Amino acid sequence: MKIQNRHLPAMFAIGLTTTLALSACGDGFEDDEANGNAEDATSAEGEASLVMLIATSGEAETAAVEAATDAWAEETGNEVEVRVASDMDQELAQGFAGGNPPDIFYLDASQVAQQATTGNLYAYEAEDNDDFFPALRDAFTYDDTQWCAPKDFSTLALQINTEKWEEAGLTDDDIPTTYEELSDVAATLDEGDSAGLVISPETDRVGAFVVGHGGWWLNEDATEPTGTSDEVIAGLEYVQENMEEGHFVHAGDVDAGWGGEAFGTEAAAMTIEGNWIRGAMSSDYPDVDYTVVEMPEGPEGPGTLLFTQCWGVASESEAQAEAVDLVNHLTTPEQQLEFAEAFGVMPSRESATDDYTEAFPEDEAFIAGGDYGRGPINAPDMTQVVADLNSQLEGLRSANIEQMMESFDTNASAVLEQ
Amino acid sequence: MKSRDPQRQEGAGWLFVAPAIIVLGLFLIAPIGMALWVSLSDWSGRGSPISTEVNFVGTENYSALLAEPGLARQDLMISFRNTFYYVIGVVPLQTALALSLAVLVNGRFLRGRTFFRTAFYFPSVVSSVAISLLFLFLFAGSGAINNVLAWFGVNGPNWFQDSRGLIHILGDAVGIWSIADPPGWMTDPTVMGMSFWQWFSGPSVALSAIMMQVIWTTAGTFMLMFLAALQDLPVEVEEAAIVEGANKWQRFMNVTVPHLRPTILLVVTLGFIGTWQVFDQMYVMTQGGPAKTTLTPAYLSYQAAFTNGNWGQGAAIAFILFALIFILTTVQRWLMRDKYEWAQKKADRRLRRQQRRQHRETVNELQRKAQSS
Repeated sequence: MKIQNRHLPAMFAIGLTTTLALSACGDGFEDDEANGNAEDATSAEGEASLVMLIATSGEAETAAVEAATDAWAEETGNEVEVRVASDMDQELAQGFAGGNPPDIFYLDASQVAQQATTGNLYAYEAEDNDDFFPALRDAFTYDDTQWCAPKDFSTLALQINTEKWEEAGLTDDDIPTTYEELSDVAATLDEGDSAGLVISPETDRVGAFVVGHGGWWLNEDATEPTGTSDEVIAGLEYVQENMEEGHFVHAGDVDAGWGGEAFGTEAAAMTIEGNWIRGAMSSDYPDVDYTVVEMPEGPEGPGTLLFTQCWGVASESEAQAEAVDLVNHLTTPEQQLEFAEAFGVMPSRESATDDYTEAFPEDEAFIAGGDYGRGPINAPDMTQVVADLNSQLEGLRSANIEQMMESFDTNASAVLEQ
Repeated sequence: MKSRDPQRQEGAGWLFVAPAIIVLGLFLIAPIGMALWVSLSDWSGRGSPISTEVNFVGTENYSALLAEPGLARQDLMISFRNTFYYVIGVVPLQTALALSLAVLVNGRFLRGRTFFRTAFYFPSVVSSVAISLLFLFLFAGSGAINNVLAWFGVNGPNWFQDSRGLIHILGDAVGIWSIADPPGWMTDPTVMGMSFWQWFSGPSVALSAIMMQVIWTTAGTFMLMFLAALQDLPVEVEEAAIVEGANKWQRFMNVTVPHLRPTILLVVTLGFIGTWQVFDQMYVMTQGGPAKTTLTPAYLSYQAAFTNGNWGQGAAIAFILFALIFILTTVQRWLMRDKYEWAQKKADRRLRRQQRRQHRETVNELQRKAQSS
């Protein structure tokens, strides 16, 4: 005990040295501030070996991405290692914090503003940038800069259970094209155990009705919240009214975790989900027959949401030029169609659309959304605010919408003003 | 060379403790120091937190979480509320269950003792992630639990989607209030950004399902501790109690439980610390939902850092949680202290003080006498 006390300062010294040593490890990468244009892209000397981090949907996607990167690697003499993340957010954050991020990675549109303000991204444009859907380019544009090239995208559409539709005596002519018609068919289809339409009350679904009413959660520049605007309120009220009448139900109300599950178990005749529902239906509920149609038009025109990811390139990467070259290879229309074939994503290039609809005519409704869909909220630090809104939307049926949106506006202004 | 004590070999001493110091310093002291620094800085998660780009912001992160009205404070308070109900529910029940199981499998005449011991301990060995996934299916809306409940004519809730609080449901059933239209005197005054109505919700149905799982899983571990203590219980004492004419229940309450006192204290303390830090279940099963009713400080800290990129706040939450656990555990140890032992210690101290005073007085007197003579 005595020895220890006498040497306490020495022990602190050791602790301090360790801390300093750790900090020294992190010193090497502060100076190379990466930004902007292709001229100052870092380029590896000789052959580059790139690390790519992906959040895969399954074996098929991993294999397809690996095949595509291998082809590029062989052609250019570089090396690519594809790593599959089990928790994308966490692994990416670890990479950035450690100063050794993957060179190229999947990045969700909702994360772009956050990562860009932190300085983690190297901004670039892929070849023939104008060929990408404008809505997708917008989704990755923050602070007047497009930060990365769209990988692929999904949109929301309306899924209809064919059998229930016919049982209710409805025909192709009855497919809803307006919100009123949607309410009407939902009421017609609402029978016994089966609800009319199941919807997950979260911004990523309900937002489509907000867009259809001509509103959005934030203003155009994403500098101010517009939650209490008439358009947003009208969009939410539309959903609330239908929920009150019982024609629209929350997935949780019919013992399901999400819309696709409720639709698959035939607890509802219709749902609003994205193209990911295809995989779930064919693997879990192969016997349910359904059709996909475009979202009905709102009073202010068509409205759907689109979800998209891009190929992010790290500002810390030592081979940015090679990474961009790889992105060019991965976003060619031919390669995108191959990905579509392999794991069911929609190409982000307009020039690939025709070939895609030819190959997958049943997905026409989804890809049509690329023309008028709206990307996610694109501003830094909004994750917690959106999560709070989502948790309030869970009680949308009996919520006081004005009050709910006022609290959203308060929370959002607090972070946007910073 | 100066002569020195051959017993004192400082160099060798340092050499022997060096591995421990290095390991502790590298994996314990340095990370804690770094985390403390991050909680006081505006580090954005890019590069090392100890670089010139990172600024010291004082207690800004802490005040956003504790003092300023806003989303950060609201979420932290929600997580404290949830975890408070969680701890209140889990700790007593898991301790009681563990004790009963231990007494059961300690029975000398129980057939298949080893089998039951293994069976009860089994959940503690299995990874909590695997068990969480299992419970996700058991408690699904159309899962096994609800099917069993249906046999008794009970229409079970959709457990993990149900955000209604148990106290709310109870009050609704008794008729004190209606969940759809909470009384104004409960919704109006707000404390730390939440109304009384929200504070007194009780654990949500979703959180209760997680509580059941945790009680079931951890009871086995604590059963083992009780079992070890029970086997130390001298047979003679119990026999003496039998001779005195004590029945089974009296023997349990007056012989077994007092004997297990230190173990109970240990189990409750460990339970307290473990439950306040609950993370796995929320990460795997609910991600804080439905309606934030399974948000816990540990999960919130993770979310703040990794999802929201707000590293300073994430670290600050961790330190606030540490302080809270520290205070609560101290209070709990004080409440559960052995009153007899405590009184004895106090008496000892008083006696020593008295002796010292007497000694001083005698010395003074002697001095006075010496001076006057």
